[in-house]
Amino acid sequence: MPAPRRTRKKPAPGDGLWHLRLYIAGGTARSIAAIDNLQKLCDEHLAGKYSIEVIDLARNPTLAAGDQILALPTLVRKLPPPMKKIIGDLSDSEHVLVGLDLQPRRTPR
Amino acid sequence: MPRLTKPSPPKPKRSIAKCPTGIAGLDQITEGGLPKGRPTLICGAAGCGKTILAMEFLVRGITEFGEPGLFVAFEESVRELGDNVASMGFDLDALTRQKKLIVEHVRIERSEILETGDYDLEGLFIRLGYAIDSIGAKRVVLDTIESLFSGLTNTTILRAELRRLFQWLKTKGVTAVITGEGGEGELTRHGIEEYVADCVILLDHRVNEETSVRRIRVLKYRGTTHGTNQYPFLIGKTGLSVLPLSSLRLEHKASTLRISSGVPSLDEMLGGKGFLRGTSILISGTAGTGKSSLAAHFVQAACRRRERAFYMASEQSRDEVLRNMRSIGIDLAPLLENGTLRFYAARPGMYGLEKHLVTIHDAIADFDPQVVVIDPITNFSGFGDSLEVKSMITRLIDLLKSRQITAMFTSLTSPGGDLESSDIGVSSLMDAWILLRELEFNGERNRGLYVLKARGMAHSNRIREFELTDDGARLLEVCLGPSGVLTGSARVAQLAQAAAEATRSGDDLRRKQADLELRRQELEMRIAQMRTEFESDERALAQERTAGAGGAHRNGRP
Repeated sequence: MPAPRRTRKKPAPGDGLWHLRLYIAGGTARSIAAIDNLQKLCDEHLAGKYSIEVIDLARNPTLAAGDQILALPTLVRKLPPPMKKIIGDLSDSEHVLVGLDLQPRRTPR
Repeated sequence: MPRLTKPSPPKPKRSIAKCPTGIAGLDQITEGGLPKGRPTLICGAAGCGKTILAMEFLVRGITEFGEPGLFVAFEESVRELGDNVASMGFDLDALTRQKKLIVEHVRIERSEILETGDYDLEGLFIRLGYAIDSIGAKRVVLDTIESLFSGLTNTTILRAELRRLFQWLKTKGVTAVITGEGGEGELTRHGIEEYVADCVILLDHRVNEETSVRRIRVLKYRGTTHGTNQYPFLIGKTGLSVLPLSSLRLEHKASTLRISSGVPSLDEMLGGKGFLRGTSILISGTAGTGKSSLAAHFVQAACRRRERAFYMASEQSRDEVLRNMRSIGIDLAPLLENGTLRFYAARPGMYGLEKHLVTIHDAIADFDPQVVVIDPITNFSGFGDSLEVKSMITRLIDLLKSRQITAMFTSLTSPGGDLESSDIGVSSLMDAWILLRELEFNGERNRGLYVLKARGMAHSNRIREFELTDDGARLLEVCLGPSGVLTGSARVAQLAQAAAEATRSGDDLRRKQADLELRRQELEMRIAQMRTEFESDERALAQERTAGAGGAHRNGRP
């Protein structure tokens, strides 16, 4: 079971920082798929300016209320505002990118 | 037509355990409460009282049965919910501080959420599970779980997850209440009743002829008998009360104690002891026959016995009643001051029937009177259809009887109509019925009173004339003339005639006596005269004898 782990990938300083939080419950296939999908997506589109926080509610149930988590997995975009929630295993990357507002503003970098 | 519920076996086998709600009347119609350890669906349109019922279930679970509870609010925030139920005296904050209650607000904003790929509602399960375990909750409310459908679009996942949720709640052993909002012709918008199959309770709030009526019905209850009617319910100051139409079981205690009607001569007609305690008394009569006056007597007598009396006036204000009763020598003001009498005056049209019932309910719960007067009950008949009025009165009578309260209802009957038909048709519910009527005879109207029925006691069959004097109501002695009971001036005439006859016969006697006396005097005079004659004859004879004997004597002596 993954502990609540904080995986920081070279947080870039400045305004362009993306703070993403992924809620999962235990090491189910769906949880692992979500983590992998997110990782891949961020590396591809947000390289160097994002941080991912994975929270395992199976271990920390009290953390669910804060972000009003019901469905799992849920990806929460904490930064930049406004807050966005994307639920599901993030397998549909096109959708996720739209949800994160990454698709339209997709600039090379 | 409301009917009594289907006859249930005398002692139904308790095949499933029940969880009492503590809500007045609800446990009665469900014969013990909700199915323990299983989910129950409460459904109904917006504003029908689902949330309040659910919250009361939790609060009473904590305060009366020591079972901690979890309230999951999908629609209202914790604060809003607390404010909404504070009016019923539920202090959610205090219960939360005591770790007996958790109110968890679950918010779903569709605009914030995007669905991509496969997911489940494990997050909700985790939150519920954590909350249940942290206070050891035995009761759980999900209000309204259908909000999930507006927040999430994948209904296939949602339905599967709801099914899992209800199953999971069962394995947790909690008694759950799930609320659902009904659509047109459907119990719930998204058909969740198919997952919650053990017990379904339907609430309804509608307006009939400008009168709001709330109804509750147990639609389904697996494995147990239950009342199948629609029962009215109220949301009052202390929460919800379901009012079974008539007590499912007629189990009122029957007292043999008697209490005075406040009019000694009326008590006399009732076997000399007055009414039975805990019964319902109907006083019916046309306008101005003295119904309220009898009621005032009754109240006064109760207060003198140091009992508490509740007077509901729907035609006169409090001050009017006080003034009017003072005119017949009944002063109710001191009774109001010392707190033995309480008034409630309001026109029935002012609120719905329900509201009045709530008021009476609350007053009875709060004041705990031994005597209640509703004056007049017929005023309610103009509001709501007669079925509703009758059922309200039935419920009221049941409530009063169950608390052993002696109740007096006055009823205005329309002149010319059949006096013995009370407008609302409630007479069969009454234990005693006193009829006041106008007796029109000889060019005047007088009041007559008779006891039409008095269950469980001997009572007079006479029609008595009834008078309102400066010293209150009074029943006159029965005056029978050649043509029946006489009243008013006919009665006075009859009495005068009788008196005159009496005088006449008295004179005769005196005359005869005088006559006799005269004859006696005459007799005595004649006796005296004869004696005088006799005595003079005697004297004459004696003189003659003396003269003859004197000569012989002289001759014979030397």
